Amino acid sequence: MTNTATETRSVVVEREIPYPPEKIWRALTQPHLIEEWLMKNDFKPVVGHRFNLRGDWGGVLDCEVLVVETNRTLSYTWNFTHDDAAYNLKSIVTFTLTPTRAGTHLRMEQSGFRPDQKQAYGGAKVGWQQFFAKLDQVLARTY
Amino acid sequence: MPNAHDVLFRTLGDPTRRAIFERLCREGEKTVAALTARAKVSQPAVSKHLGVLKQAGLVRNRHEGRQTHYSAQLGGLAPLIDWTSQMAGFWQSRFDHLEDLLKRMDQ
Repeated sequence: MTNTATETRSVVVEREIPYPPEKIWRALTQPHLIEEWLMKNDFKPVVGHRFNLRGDWGGVLDCEVLVVETNRTLSYTWNFTHDDAAYNLKSIVTFTLTPTRAGTHLRMEQSGFRPDQKQAYGGAKVGWQQFFAKLDQVLARTY
Repeated sequence: MPNAHDVLFRTLGDPTRRAIFERLCREGEKTVAALTARAKVSQPAVSKHLGVLKQAGLVRNRHEGRQTHYSAQLGGLAPLIDWTSQMAGFWQSRFDHLEDLLKRMDQ
């Protein structure tokens, strides 16, 4: 029996940015600007458009545009295929822009599913002590 | 769906429950009776803790005759150490780049 609560996971990163949504939207949707902060790409702000994000490390992400609401919401799939299933990742990235008095509240949520995470905790061999050592790092980076 | 982190922290926040889970991690499968013998609480209390651990995906049980055996499920900890922590670090650094870019861009 599987437990869905442990299968679907998401990460949220939020930031207050002192610029209006229109300006941030350009950085999120124009390929030459996306390349400057994220990765090389052939993005188009068109629902259904398939594109790749190419990382410096040689990895290629398969993406498809899901939602385009100008200056408000941008969402696309963020899938990584690897020979070793443990590294596969199927996820959806959603950027939400909310205007504030000082600029914009930018929220990024990546939700996804990874079927096999064996390498992350090394099966039953990882001890409880090691888990606690990792937990501190995780908390420092997640929150 | 409740946040997986909330469920795990709530489940492991109780010292008695955490001690039961740690023991199963260290010593492997145990019956409720064996766990009770070393715990400072009653068997019904141990059973209740095991039920909570099971709901959080941290233990698994199997029946053998009239005994129920429990074992730790380390996979239940995955939400705390999975790809999300790696990605959170990734996005934080990318957002730093994004802010640098925004400073350089024309209005």
